[in-house]
Amino acid sequence: MQKIVLLGDEAIAQGAVDAGLSAVYAYPGTPSTEITEYILRSKEAKNGGIVASWTTNEKTSMEMAIGTSYVGKRALVTMKHVGLNVAADAFMNAAITGVNGGIVVVSADDPSMHSSQNEQDSRYYGKFAQIPVLEPVNQQDAYDMMGYAFEMSERLNVPVLIRITTRLAHSRAGVTLGEKVPQNELKLPKNKRQFVLLPGIARTQYKALLANQPLFEKESEEKGYNALLTGKDKSLGIITTGIAYNYLMENFGEGIDFPVLKIAQYPMPINMLKNFYDSVDEILVLEDGYPLVEEQLKGFLNLGKPVHGRLDGALPRDGELNPNLVAKALGHEIAEQYDTPEVVTARPPALCAGCPHTDSYTALNVVMEYFGEGRVFSDIGCYTLAALEPLESINSCVDMGASITMAKGAAEAGLVPSVAVIGDSTFTHSGLTGLLDCVNAKAPVTILILDNGTTGMTGGQTSQATGKIEDICMGLGVAKEHVRVINPIKKNHDENIKIMKEEMDYNGVSVVIPRRECIITLGARIRANKKK
Amino acid sequence: MQKDIVLGGVGGQGILTIAATIGTAAVNSGLFLKQSEVHGMSQRGGDVMSNLRLSSDEIFSDLIPEGKADIVIGVEPMEALRHVKMLSKEGWLITNEVPFKNIPNYPEIEGVIDELKRFPRHVILNADQIAKDLGSLKAANMVILGAAIPFIGLELSDFEGALKMIFGRKGDDIVNLNINALKAGMKEAEKFL
Repeated sequence: MQKIVLLGDEAIAQGAVDAGLSAVYAYPGTPSTEITEYILRSKEAKNGGIVASWTTNEKTSMEMAIGTSYVGKRALVTMKHVGLNVAADAFMNAAITGVNGGIVVVSADDPSMHSSQNEQDSRYYGKFAQIPVLEPVNQQDAYDMMGYAFEMSERLNVPVLIRITTRLAHSRAGVTLGEKVPQNELKLPKNKRQFVLLPGIARTQYKALLANQPLFEKESEEKGYNALLTGKDKSLGIITTGIAYNYLMENFGEGIDFPVLKIAQYPMPINMLKNFYDSVDEILVLEDGYPLVEEQLKGFLNLGKPVHGRLDGALPRDGELNPNLVAKALGHEIAEQYDTPEVVTARPPALCAGCPHTDSYTALNVVMEYFGEGRVFSDIGCYTLAALEPLESINSCVDMGASITMAKGAAEAGLVPSVAVIGDSTFTHSGLTGLLDCVNAKAPVTILILDNGTTGMTGGQTSQATGKIEDICMGLGVAKEHVRVINPIKKNHDENIKIMKEEMDYNGVSVVIPRRECIITLGARIRANKKK
Repeated sequence: MQKDIVLGGVGGQGILTIAATIGTAAVNSGLFLKQSEVHGMSQRGGDVMSNLRLSSDEIFSDLIPEGKADIVIGVEPMEALRHVKMLSKEGWLITNEVPFKNIPNYPEIEGVIDELKRFPRHVILNADQIAKDLGSLKAANMVILGAAIPFIGLELSDFEGALKMIFGRKGDDIVNLNINALKAGMKEAEKFL
């Protein structure tokens, strides 16, 4: 049995490859990106003919996976937590179609929002879709659960959701690899209407999904990922979900006397929970995410035994857990800490030296100063860093693609000028539809598409429409004379300002495309060429 | 055996290579390992941190409890100070003294060094100069790792083996440069024992 050191993300990737994966589709998103990167780099995956690619967004990824499943083969979709919002339509309805080949969806949450706009908890999506959810406790679990998830998906005719958080995704540990399973053969669905969700058909399939709920619960009771650990001190019982178990055990080096219900699979195992609940006086719930289990346990009226956790202040309501927070919740002493000396100054992330966005924003700042009253609606990527000093160029960042559509809404409500700034990858992810809306309404907006030829913030993955941005804009109906390509370098500063001013003066849809390769991917490309 | 090590620096300074070297040395010695890191922000010039845990027993938390780190290794002096809240009262603080000034309001370096010297168990060295004297500034991170070796609890040979695995495909010259960097760092640390 080979043992290698893997990130949580890499353990999932290798686990999928070893579980007979045929295809992985994804859009980059921290902390999930490394899963698909690993499979893209893997010689084993290449030799096995595993289809692996970045797609325009998480919804198209999810739908492609349903296509793979339709033909009887196993598919993996990975995303960050907010990516599941984008995939939600396909995700929810995949629970109704069921599967042919197994489907596993991995959603990587980000408690404390290290690199995200919120800390939404993907377990709710599993509950919402009424499908099984697995929440690995460590890197070995993350590897082992892949084979089980695919097998369960096929046996119980349902996609399976795996939920991880940043501290598992981006942490390395030794993992023992297991048996390798071959890919499925091509096999069409026996029921030709399985994937046709006309209401009459969907109603029947939905009843089948509901009828399967007890089977999903039986898996949770019997598989072994959930465990009821007995303890002689019954004054307190502790429920842990996912990696919260590690933070609990970190505080009990000599072993724990309290009973522990260790949860790593949903739906909740009700028999195990009842045995646990009956045996203790009070309960502490530790979840690296929202108080999902805690809240359900209390019910609306909190009539049962005392339940402690995020909702009663034992733990902070928001943010990730860590060993000391759990120690405090248990009433333990924590180690004395040195204070951070005052001389320590924040070192926030900033645009790289030589980044094309700096030139684009420097010109834009001059133009916005000239117009005086406008606002710049922006989006998600490296270019969001321009909200901070020294640039302070942008006034909004809400969700993928919102720059263009917010600019339209604001323009129609009277804002002049109304400017959107969006990256090339964000544009193909969710900007195309908004641009078409702008064209159809002849909205007086100016859209800057910062084309650095890459998906930069997540590490330089391929961008989907490199070389086609102007054609797409014109194809959607933007007038050719109002699609302006500029080169964001210092010596073009005055010329670029002039062009931006012209387009903002225009009372219709205009697109300005500052195009220069990302300085990081450029450097990597040059180094790679030198090696050859 | 248990060692909890915090690594701090600015993105691009080779912290993850230090972590990989210690991690490989540990795994080759049959120890359990957990190493957590922050991705993405590293290329944007922000501060980066890695939690590295070695143990002869199973390790639970990926994160080191605040106040319990045995060693804080700083590739940059202000970054070393940023993480002292992780350091245990008996712990060792090992750091480069050369500042990386990519922010407009970087504090006076004398003030930073003074703060570092107040810690009872510290090693402060000019890793950049030592690395340059050996032939390459790029080996500065290995010099700092060398200065931490006396406190980690593994043998120099374990680290040499790790370097051969990590840098082997770059050729013997690179491997030897890095091994020399380790040794030079170890020698510096002796001055503080």
